[in-house]
Amino acid sequence: MRRKWSGMALALGALVMSAVAHAAPPSAEMLSNACGGCHGANGASAGPSMPSLAGQNKDFFIDAMKKFKSGERPGTVMSRLAKGYSDEQVVAMAEFFATQKPKAQDATVDRTKIAKGKSVYNSACKRCHLENGKEFEEDTPVVAGQWLRYLQIQMAEFQSGARKMSEKKAEKVKSLTAADWDAVAHYYASQK
Amino acid sequence: MTMERRNFLKLLGAGAAATASVGLAGYANAASSAGGGRKVVVIGGGYGGTIAARYIRMMDSSIEVTLIERNDHYVSCPFSNLYLGGILPDLSLLTIKYDKLASNHGIKVVQAEVTGIDAENHSVTTSNGVFKYDRLVVSPGVEFRTDEIAGYDPEIMPHAWKAGPQTVLLRKQLEAMKPGGTVVLSIPLAPFRCPPGPYERTSMIAMYLKQHKPGSKIIVLDANPDIVSKKGLFLKGWKKHYEGIIDYRPAKKVTEVDNKNMSVLIEGIDEVKGDVINIIPPQKAGHIAHVAGLVGADKKWCPVDPTTFESTLHKDIHVIGDSSIAGAMPKSGYSANSEAKVCAANIVALMSGRETTDMSGVNTCYSFLSEKEAVSVTGVYQVDKEKNAIVAVAGSVGVSPDLSELEAVYAQSWVKNILNEMSS
Repeated sequence: MRRKWSGMALALGALVMSAVAHAAPPSAEMLSNACGGCHGANGASAGPSMPSLAGQNKDFFIDAMKKFKSGERPGTVMSRLAKGYSDEQVVAMAEFFATQKPKAQDATVDRTKIAKGKSVYNSACKRCHLENGKEFEEDTPVVAGQWLRYLQIQMAEFQSGARKMSEKKAEKVKSLTAADWDAVAHYYASQK
Repeated sequence: MTMERRNFLKLLGAGAAATASVGLAGYANAASSAGGGRKVVVIGGGYGGTIAARYIRMMDSSIEVTLIERNDHYVSCPFSNLYLGGILPDLSLLTIKYDKLASNHGIKVVQAEVTGIDAENHSVTTSNGVFKYDRLVVSPGVEFRTDEIAGYDPEIMPHAWKAGPQTVLLRKQLEAMKPGGTVVLSIPLAPFRCPPGPYERTSMIAMYLKQHKPGSKIIVLDANPDIVSKKGLFLKGWKKHYEGIIDYRPAKKVTEVDNKNMSVLIEGIDEVKGDVINIIPPQKAGHIAHVAGLVGADKKWCPVDPTTFESTLHKDIHVIGDSSIAGAMPKSGYSANSEAKVCAANIVALMSGRETTDMSGVNTCYSFLSEKEAVSVTGVYQVDKEKNAIVAVAGSVGVSPDLSELEAVYAQSWVKNILNEMSS
C-alpha cells in the first residue's frame, strides 16, 4: 500500500507537468462532435439527404454502425468511417446522439402523398415503427421528422435489395408498390 | 486498463484540477484588461475559426469569445470548383455571414485585420483595437509562397485557391476564352490546402470546356511526381468523360511566368503557353502565424500538440486548420472543422482545470468528376501516444470504390451542413 502511494505522488507530479500525456480517452462528446461536419451540430442535420442523428434510437445506431462496418448495409463514406471506431466508442456515440434534442426536417412534403402514406403506414408499418415513427421497437429507427430525401434513398435501397430487410419487414412490405414506399417517406418526413 | 488504474487516474485528475485552477486564476487577472472573465480570442472566420468559437461557447458560455476576421463574410473554397465548372451559377450558396454566431452563441465578432500577437502579454493587435486573451486560437488558412514563382501576378493568372473574387476572375477568363483555346493549370508540391482540389478543378474545367468551348484543352502541370489524391478515380473519370481534353503532365514545376506572352516556364526552361493560366502557388501557414513566430523549423507550417493543438512554440496559443501540422490529417475544410472541436473541448478543459481528452477527428473530402458524379476520401484520426502524433485509425482511410451519383447527392448535403454549422 505504501509503495502504491509513493508511485501515485510521482505520477501526479508528471501529470501537472504535462496534462497531455495523461489525457483521458476520447469522451462521447469528443467522438460525436466529429460527426457534425456532415450530420450537423449534435446530430441535427440541415438536410436534405443527410440524416439527423439527434434523438435516434441507441440500439438502431449501434446496429447500423455494425452493419456499415461489416458491409451488410450498403454505404458510401460510412462504410469506411465506421471502421475507425471500436464497439465501445460506437456505444458511446449512440448514447450521445440518443439524448440530443431531435430536429424535424423542413423539406417540402406532398400533402396527397402524406394522406396515402398514412394509410400504408397503418396497414404495413405501425407495429414496428411505433407512434407514427416517433417511437421505436428494439433496433428499429426513429423515422418521424427524418429528412425526406434520405428516407427516399433508404427506401429505394430496400426495394432494390441493396439494403437487407429483416424477415418480418420483408413479409410486411412485399405487396407495397414504389408509390406506396414514396408515400410513407412523405408521411414520416411530415411528422414533427 | 484495470479498474485500479482507472480510479487512480481519476484521482490524479482531481489533483491536477486543483493545481491548474490556481494557475489560471492568476492568469486571468494578468490578461484581462476589463472585468475578470475568462477570454478566448479566435483569429480567422473560416472552417476552423468559426467552429472553435462556436463550440467553446456551446461547451462553456461563461468564457468570453471574440472572433476576429478581416471580412464581413466568408466564401467556401470547397465546392468553388463547381462554380468554375458551371454547376453552381454563383458563389452565394458558398457564402456565410457571422451574424448568427453572434446572436445565437454570444460570440463577439470583430471585423479587423490582425497586425500582431504579443504572446508574452497575451494580446492581439488589430486595425480595430487591442484584444486581451487567456487563450488564443489562430486559424488563418494558408498564405502563398509567391516568391517561388518569378513574375507571379494573381490578377493576370489567378490562383482561385482562396474563394471569392479570385474564383470569379478565373470563371470570367474561362468564359471569355475562344473555342479551341488552351487552359494551363499549375499544381504546387504537396503539402497544400485540399489535396484532391486541383484534380477536381481539372475535372470541372474540362467539363466546362467540353460543354461550352469545343476543341479546347487543359494542360495540367503538376510539380508532384504523380496525382496526389484519389489517383485511380480521377484517371477513371478523365478517361470516361474528358478523353482528349485533359493533358496531364507530372513532375512539371512552374518557377516563372511571363504575363505579356501568357506563358509559364517549367524549372526556368520549358515554356508552356495558355489562353487562361491558373497558377496554384506553393503554400505556407497564414501570414499572421509567421508574424507571431508560430511557424516551425520548416519555415512553412506550425507545430502543435496533437491533443490540444497548442503551439509547441508559444504557450496559450493554439493553431488549427491548414496552418497547423496535424500529423496524418490532410489540410481540408473537414479537418479544420474537426480540429476546431478537439481544440475547443480541450481549451475549455484547460481553462476549467479539468483533465484534457484525447483527440478523435474525422475527415471526409468529396470531389466532383462530372455534373452528377463524385468520389470521396475519408479517415478517422486519433493520437498515437508513443509517437505523440495524430495518426489514422486502421481501416478508416479509403476512397470510393467507383464514381458515384449517390456520393454527389450526399456531397451537396455535406456542404450545406458544414456551412450551416459554421454560421448558425
